Amino acid sequence: MNKLLGLATFAWLGSVVYPVLEYLKTPPQSEADVTSVVAAKIQNVKPNSGLVFRFGREPAILVSGPDGKLRAFSATCTHLQCTVQYRTDLQRIYCACHNGMYDLNGRNIAGPPPRPLTEFQVTVKGDDVVVSRA
Amino acid sequence: MSARPPGPIRWIRERLNIDPLIEFASHKQVPEWRGSFWYYFGGVSLFLFIVQVASGILLLMYYQPGEKTAYESVRFIVVKVKFGWLVRSIHSWAANLFILSVFIHMFSVYFTKAFRRPRELTWYSGFLLLALAFGFGFSGYLLPWNTLAYFATKVGTTIVAVLPVVGGPIMELLRAGKDVTTATLTRFYGLHVAILPAAFTLILGLHMMLIQTQGMHEPDTWPEGKRRYMPFFPNFILRDLLLWLIVLNILAILAVWFPWELGSKADPFGAAPQGIKPEWYFLFMYQGLKYFPAKLAGVDGEIVGIVLFGLAGLLWFLVPVWDARTPRGARNRFVNYVGVTVVLFIIVMTTLGLR
Repeated sequence: MNKLLGLATFAWLGSVVYPVLEYLKTPPQSEADVTSVVAAKIQNVKPNSGLVFRFGREPAILVSGPDGKLRAFSATCTHLQCTVQYRTDLQRIYCACHNGMYDLNGRNIAGPPPRPLTEFQVTVKGDDVVVSRA
Repeated sequence: MSARPPGPIRWIRERLNIDPLIEFASHKQVPEWRGSFWYYFGGVSLFLFIVQVASGILLLMYYQPGEKTAYESVRFIVVKVKFGWLVRSIHSWAANLFILSVFIHMFSVYFTKAFRRPRELTWYSGFLLLALAFGFGFSGYLLPWNTLAYFATKVGTTIVAVLPVVGGPIMELLRAGKDVTTATLTRFYGLHVAILPAAFTLILGLHMMLIQTQGMHEPDTWPEGKRRYMPFFPNFILRDLLLWLIVLNILAILAVWFPWELGSKADPFGAAPQGIKPEWYFLFMYQGLKYFPAKLAGVDGEIVGIVLFGLAGLLWFLVPVWDARTPRGARNRFVNYVGVTVVLFIIVMTTLGLR
């Protein structure tokens, strides 16, 4: 009888706790997965500069190296998810949160970031600099 | 002939049995020794918590969570509402002084070995209150939705995610999704103004009940002839109130002369600004994690660091268990060495982090 009561108590607790936990899980948003965006107009992109732009739900960075070559990466630092920036003085991609450093190919070269940045494809169509997932 | 009690007390007495309470208060005593000063920090922490509740309720009259309203409503409070800047500044400063006071209280309890039998439950409940205070700090920090708070929340919740297995789900539970968004803001708001205060009040009630029923801790080695006591009411209470008044003055000076800055509005698609730092009370952990290499024996250094901090916290919580001389109430220098190491670590790491 005691075991039965114990089991019933657990079942009752489960029936209270489970819906609460499920309620707290945010349902996935039905936002279309963005595969490419226009990051900038080509005439606005100067050599040795960087631009953080919106790529779907996440930030991305367009980098124009000192030679003018365009590259784009996810702007989310692989360390603790801060948003990176381009440092014109260092010619590196830099994360200000913990002094993480990436080279112009997105490789982690200094500081705590454990992995390179995810790279995107860059194409120039007319005036538009189009960035798409590789 | 005994004097008749004044009207209001007589009125209450006729309706409620408060005599045992009066009897208890009139006999309660506080030990007087060189460590008595530290007793007051429990009361100071309580006072600052009351200030937090009062100023927080005032802020609630105007604050609106939401992407387009959170930052704007705090700016409205600071710029437009009469004395709004003062209320916000008091709330922020009191939060910081509260944590400081709780830290002093905790270390004084630790070094005077007041956690020993029969006060283990008081120590455990106090530790839970400290954890909840950290929760208050972390959740409240995001509410103005400014740049620093946004990235601090991003970093803080990502740190949780590095824990194996449970980290990811906990992070999503905290963030209300995969990213830090206004859904996170709403969730933190609920935590800050409803869940945490409710939990804190319950545990605080237990903590204070234990203190009242067990009395103040007396030093382990206290010669019989040298024992002195002070009546709790009114002597100790009046001293307590005087200190509360001094703390209120310090708080007012800080709030008026160093008003809390609002900063710029959070931009989830902007780069993280230079010099991102958590609040000072998280700084020792934040700075400590910086000294772990990216990889340690094939594991992410961050994971090793967080697990080590977690274990250290657990050991701190369990001090009444591993202080082997607890049952005998004997001196234990090892506990002191551990405590001094922890204090030095916190001071050095916080100083390095502030630079």
